[in-house]
Amino acid sequence: MSTTAAQKGGLGAAIWDYLTTVDHKKIAHLYLVAGGLFFLIGGLEAMLIRIQLMKPDNNFLAAGLYNEMITMHGTTMIFLAAMPLIFALMNAVVPLQIGARDVAFPFLNSLGFWLFLFGGLMLNVSWFTGGAPDAGWTNYAPLSTTSPGHGVDYYVMGLQISGAGTLIGGINFLVTIVNMRAPGMTYMRMPLFTWSTFVTSTLILFAFPALTVGLFLMMFDRMFGAAFFDVAKGGNVIIWEHLFWIFGHPEVYILILPLFGAFSDIFSTFSKKRLFGYSAMVFATVLIGFLGFMVWAHHMFTVGMGPIANSIFAVATMAIAVPTGIKIFNWLFTMWGGQIRMTSAMLWSVAFIPSFTIGGMTGVMLAAAAADFQYHDTYFVVGHFHYVIVGGVVFGIFAALHYWWPKMFGKVLNEKLGKLAFWPFFIGFHLTFFIQHFLGLMGMPRRYWVFLEGQGLEAGNMISTIGAFLMAIGSVIFLINVVYTAVKEKKVSGDPWDGRTLEWTMPSPPPHYNFVQTPLVRGLDPLWVEKTEGKEGMTPAEPLGDIHMPNASILPFTMSLGLFIAGFGFIYQTDDKTWLVAAVVGMAITLGSMLIRSLKDDLGHHIHKEELEEDIKKGVGK
Amino acid sequence: MSHEDVLNPKHMPHDPEKATLEGKNKFLAFWFFLGGETVLFASLFGTYIALNGSTAGENTPEHLFGLELVFLMTMMLLTSSLTSVYAMYHMKNHDFRKMQTWLAITVLLGLAFLGCEIYEFLHYVHEYEFTFGSSAFASAFYTLVGFHGGHVLFGLSWIVALMIRNQKRGLNLYNAPKFYVASLYWHFIDVVWVFIFTVVYLMGKVG
Repeated sequence: MSTTAAQKGGLGAAIWDYLTTVDHKKIAHLYLVAGGLFFLIGGLEAMLIRIQLMKPDNNFLAAGLYNEMITMHGTTMIFLAAMPLIFALMNAVVPLQIGARDVAFPFLNSLGFWLFLFGGLMLNVSWFTGGAPDAGWTNYAPLSTTSPGHGVDYYVMGLQISGAGTLIGGINFLVTIVNMRAPGMTYMRMPLFTWSTFVTSTLILFAFPALTVGLFLMMFDRMFGAAFFDVAKGGNVIIWEHLFWIFGHPEVYILILPLFGAFSDIFSTFSKKRLFGYSAMVFATVLIGFLGFMVWAHHMFTVGMGPIANSIFAVATMAIAVPTGIKIFNWLFTMWGGQIRMTSAMLWSVAFIPSFTIGGMTGVMLAAAAADFQYHDTYFVVGHFHYVIVGGVVFGIFAALHYWWPKMFGKVLNEKLGKLAFWPFFIGFHLTFFIQHFLGLMGMPRRYWVFLEGQGLEAGNMISTIGAFLMAIGSVIFLINVVYTAVKEKKVSGDPWDGRTLEWTMPSPPPHYNFVQTPLVRGLDPLWVEKTEGKEGMTPAEPLGDIHMPNASILPFTMSLGLFIAGFGFIYQTDDKTWLVAAVVGMAITLGSMLIRSLKDDLGHHIHKEELEEDIKKGVGK
Repeated sequence: MSHEDVLNPKHMPHDPEKATLEGKNKFLAFWFFLGGETVLFASLFGTYIALNGSTAGENTPEHLFGLELVFLMTMMLLTSSLTSVYAMYHMKNHDFRKMQTWLAITVLLGLAFLGCEIYEFLHYVHEYEFTFGSSAFASAFYTLVGFHGGHVLFGLSWIVALMIRNQKRGLNLYNAPKFYVASLYWHFIDVVWVFIFTVVYLMGKVG
């Protein structure tokens, strides 16, 4: 239905197609574009921070603006850049890897995207309406509850809306992976990227509701006169910290685990070997996910929980190094003795191993609770988490984009430009953040907008800023590569890397129904199993027949738009009660759309056998 | 075969809610969703327990709560859970009329519960000046119990919408999962209330 509209041409039709699409591959495009855009905004904010800290007593940014900048940099990068880029990869790849025609709930998939986008827009509107949130991305009370203006209100509403989208996405992938696997695709034959998506989705399911509650409490305190964090009325500000980190710690594993999965697939493909210790990798992923819930209070060692609580959380935190170590060694052993091809994807992956390991090592240092009193809130912490998040998540996103780009867009990203982007980014990354550990140990606190002259901090900060510029250059070269590839590069076959898993059995980009016939999976690395037996492509598990597909819908967009409008109503009703009209109208749009969705039958449509036979003649079956 | 034929088979299967892939997906997704809801309420309970004594010299739980009304509300909600089980029992027997009847009774009990809760809140506000912002305890109380009340309201609207929508056409494999999932939601609300009754009201009076 939607595809025929697009074929008729015209920009309007294409826009309408993307507004209403429920196809996981197009939703992946949407996530990629939106996430990429927010990544650029967050990167720009990072550059402004580094320019301010280039020299002592700098006055490039005013103190208040600097607070807004660090808050928005952290919030944007975590919630609006890393999360959607990961969702882009999951959407593009997971249904293909398990042999499914779409996710379990295509409609909800679309809803998840639009909620995320409107939440992200809401957050960024604050720049233009009198000031962005300025209480840090952790938004601790009472700093946040007493922050003047509406900045923090935007934080609350924006994250609430986009968080709902993430939760919906998580449930969707859980059900997809449990219920939609092709015949023969047992759990222990799933590619590691699918496994890590599964574990990540579980973490999303159990972590995000804690944030939801935290944000509600914050909203009630700031907008409706509640007293959760008002000590004068018996409130307790530590509740926010607990709720935030019960969400926030699993969140960092939500970010890194899918990329652990992507690295596993990449190492295996470009070493031409099956993954070393597959079952140990699965076990380690699940264990990291489990332990990820047991360690949140290591962010709060200095709060005063007492030695027993601190010790328990310290030991639990150190325990995570064990499954992570298992993974590091398994990746190394996967490469050992393999026929290694140093493609751009592989380059990012190989660079990830030492970079992330440094971040893990400083993580164990921070986990030592007694020592943490020294590190807490210094640049040591900033160095640590950028080593894991940039060295792990961002390297992983670059690697995975290079690896799956041909599957998403039909063209391999230019390899020369890919490597040209890698080196400045890689060198710049280590320049920026390695020195920050030492700045922290020398006593430079995080979040301060200036540092003083003559305390030995000048050289380190200057090096850090130079590194940041190199990272910016690397990112720009990557963007140039995207454009260059789209214009100049040739279309490639469905299997440009000599792949091992199901996504490489179909044309690039795949037809909108993915598989003409559902494949029969006969082992781990199913395509490789067939290749070793000299077969081309998979054995089908079903005869050629009609395919049932979901219908496109605009309702996910209107539901999210309603919440967006209502968000403004809630924020500004504290100034003027007439704004409640916006809240009511917005909620009416959302609930009305939900009611329509519930009452109106949506049975989907069929793609008929004859159309499929036509497509096969054009070469889709391969 | 058209959608109509597939969704209205001559012989309805024993578990019409799980007979189609869409049904199976809904069934599983809803259990996952309830897992997330459990964390949501666990967070609210944690907050409530942490702020239980933080009354800032204002109204205390012992002072406020009257167990008679709360006992009545508990009975209403527990009974409504039972009647929704009857409704699902008749769904599995493919007796649409009886299912609708029992759902209607469920809705009436839920409405009565909601009425009592609104009365209770108004009573606290008017008689005791115990408002949302009186103290941290007041905020925690209204938020926890109010979230539950909001869930009751949403569940009632959902069940009523389904009943009206399918009044004429009866049960089929398309709407059976919807009814089933709504009844799961209703049970969840009931279970949460059991904890609220214990943690908020009983412990508030005795603890």
